[in-house]
Amino acid sequence: MEVRLTVNGRERGAEIDPRAALLDLLRDQFGLTGAKRGCERGECGACTVLVDGRPTLSCLMLAVASGGRSVTTIEGLAEGDRLHPLQQAFIDHDALQCGFCTPGQILAAVACLAAGRANTDDEVREWMSGNLCRCAAYPQIVAAVRAVAAAR
Amino acid sequence: MTIGAPLPRQDAAVKVTGAAQYVGDLEVPGALEGVFVVSAVAAGRIRSIDRADALTVPGVVSIFGPGQLGVTGPIEHWAAGQASMPMTDAEIRYEGQPVALVLATTGIAAREAAARLVVTIDPLPHQSSFAASLDLGIEIKDWAPTSTAVGSVADGLAAAEVTITARYRTADRHHVALEPSAVVARWVDGGIDLWTSTQWVFGVRAAMAQMFSLPPDKVRVRSGYVGGGFGAKGSTWPHEFLAVAASRAVAAPVRIVLPRSQTFTLHGYQPATVQELTLGARNDGTLTAIRHESWNAASVADDYVEHGSLGSRTMYACPNIETRDRIVRLNRPQPTFMRAPHEGPGMVGLEIAMDELADRLDMDPVELRIRNYARHDPTSGKPFSSKALDQCYRLGAERFGWARRSPVPAAWGPGGVRIGMGMASALMSTFRFGASARVTLERDGSTLVETGAHEIGTGVRTILPQIAADALGLPIERVRVSLGDTTLPEAGGTFGSATTLSVGSAVRIAAVKLKERLETLAGEPGLEPREYAEVLALHRLERVSEEGTWAPTREEGAYAMNAYGAVFVEVAVAPHDPVPRVTRCVGAFSVGRIINPRTARSQVIGGMIWGLGQALLEDSRLDPALGRFVAKGFGSYQIPVNADVPAVDAIFADEFDPHASPIGARGVGEIGTIGVGAAVANAVFNATGVRVRDLPIRVESLLQP
Ligand code: FES
Ligand code: FES
Repeated sequence: MEVRLTVNGRERGAEIDPRAALLDLLRDQFGLTGAKRGCERGECGACTVLVDGRPTLSCLMLAVASGGRSVTTIEGLAEGDRLHPLQQAFIDHDALQCGFCTPGQILAAVACLAAGRANTDDEVREWMSGNLCRCAAYPQIVAAVRAVAAAR
Repeated sequence: MTIGAPLPRQDAAVKVTGAAQYVGDLEVPGALEGVFVVSAVAAGRIRSIDRADALTVPGVVSIFGPGQLGVTGPIEHWAAGQASMPMTDAEIRYEGQPVALVLATTGIAAREAAARLVVTIDPLPHQSSFAASLDLGIEIKDWAPTSTAVGSVADGLAAAEVTITARYRTADRHHVALEPSAVVARWVDGGIDLWTSTQWVFGVRAAMAQMFSLPPDKVRVRSGYVGGGFGAKGSTWPHEFLAVAASRAVAAPVRIVLPRSQTFTLHGYQPATVQELTLGARNDGTLTAIRHESWNAASVADDYVEHGSLGSRTMYACPNIETRDRIVRLNRPQPTFMRAPHEGPGMVGLEIAMDELADRLDMDPVELRIRNYARHDPTSGKPFSSKALDQCYRLGAERFGWARRSPVPAAWGPGGVRIGMGMASALMSTFRFGASARVTLERDGSTLVETGAHEIGTGVRTILPQIAADALGLPIERVRVSLGDTTLPEAGGTFGSATTLSVGSAVRIAAVKLKERLETLAGEPGLEPREYAEVLALHRLERVSEEGTWAPTREEGAYAMNAYGAVFVEVAVAPHDPVPRVTRCVGAFSVGRIINPRTARSQVIGGMIWGLGQALLEDSRLDPALGRFVAKGFGSYQIPVNADVPAVDAIFADEFDPHASPIGARGVGEIGTIGVGAAVANAVFNATGVRVRDLPIRVESLLQP
């Protein structure tokens, strides 16, 4: 079956397997491998993308359901060579180690800021708790998100 | 001076933009996707495999059963995680053992076919319960002795005025790196071209060469970026061998990305331990005897010793120390090293026992440890290469505010939230491997460091250029690094907290040689970096390159080497809902010279959060009737999430270890995980008066009758 959607500001269409998740579509057909497969059952957050601005576990959303929607992946966050402030903050605060959870963390953080839920460390901890980091860069992640929130 | 500078990670930009490629991200034209079907029973024989339904799934290419991949087991090799090789016979030896491999043109098709494959197994009786089987414990030959004795513990106990004897337990735990292990295998021109998410490309190469009877130069192994390893990717595991065999069988590239559920059983885990400790001391706190016996759960087909008593051999000054490590063979998957092995579980026993002793003696726990401070290794008699643990006790206690601790535990009962403070020592023996590296300077001043080490998140990609830049006097921006490929100079695995000290030393040696070569070419010592280009131009050279090799020497073997730490923890426990919450955590560490304080800090903070997991959350239950690990995902196996993590702070003692490595470093990667478990249990005692000896601390332990 066919699906048409907007990905990182660009209209795209694809012939998809009806069983495919949005994550499969992004990674295997569009080559957007920034969204990671960490569990494929909604438990880790590594596959987080923004769908119409909302943080979404792309492993749990069927690709067909993304038709007509606008999807932002980590590859679409920077403006040209200019990193999104959160990407820069993750670098500055050493909020990553192996980097596997990082795209999902950053997109969850974008949503956290947009929702106005970065007013205290605890608020950020709570919001960001759907995104596991086995390297446990959590304190640095909180610091990065809070720094961007403070600069707004 | 770039060494010691908190430089940002060199790989941060590719990681925050999604450009960093992990094995599962590689585009491999024509690759077939592989999915294993695994045994749900712990022991048995495969009776039949019915492929009919699975083969109807469009896209399915092949389904292999036991004996059909052209490989035989076992594989006896130092780089293999286990000797027994699944898919070679009909025998089931553990739950999670692969019994079939489905290959299809897409992952979706492979998964569907795997789900439709009907494998019938005749179960056999099995023995899987560790708790019920301690009397089956045996000592086996291993890389370290399984038993040691100095003096006589019997005499030491006779001289003791106070003794403590108790049993301590740690749980089965899983690495669950966020990147599930992935492999892309290509059998080409009678050789192997392999991408695999490994911590040790040269180990994989050696094991593959033996398995497939190839000369090592016919095997190329690359790792790409690795999404965390923690030991699970430190050895070569069956899925990697079987992917290669499958590629050979179908003459196409084969990719296998383990589903999360299989990461619990296919590449090891940290086995549960039971530890029996006896301490004897005089009333002034001086230890007269330490006996530490440890048992770990192991598999029937393979060997793995969790050397739980290792730390007790070297931690405290004591004339009488006896230790013993035993394994209990059970029908369960093969365990392996996990951050931090041996002392990680082992120090839980020793350091809770020390807290019990301090309590019995009415002594401050820090003071008790200082009273028994080891100035040389009490078991081997060797001096320490360097040790600043005394600094750690002082710095950590100050930063934490230890002086505010109430020495008397609160009375546990109805009422408000109880706050308690606890501490523990951390120790991890230092591993060192030989390594080589090449440093090449181009005429335009750009420099390349090449070595077969790996970036698994520890900061290697930043630290190695720092060391080269420092030796050559170049800005870090001019230095790049190439890693994770067996065509590069050989390095050991990125594990054992040994990469910085080992590979870093090789990089330094290569860079110093390079500088000397430039000075020879120039005919003058003390060449300035800005003159490098001129020298190369003068000699019509586009580039100069030098290799450096470092290996531990015999003289250094005269020293005992350990990383150390002192960990301080505050907990809050509410009587009506007694789930302990850690509210603050401070660690002070003695690890030799710090090359990059920013990445080192992230390493030990991450490690301390691992310690919180060990203390409060990580608990994989093995159902003894089924012989099966119940947890198969993050929903059932809990690891710390952001909201579990309080203020965590880490500091380093100022230190240069002249014997561990030429760059003064020991190891940073694992020491942070040690000590926290015991410190949390000790803080819970201080908060509630309830002594918990089993980790993780379960709510049952604190419920009141
Ligand atoms: S891959 Fe989607 S939540 Fe883990
Ligand atoms: S950086 Fe490794 S899992 Fe988060």
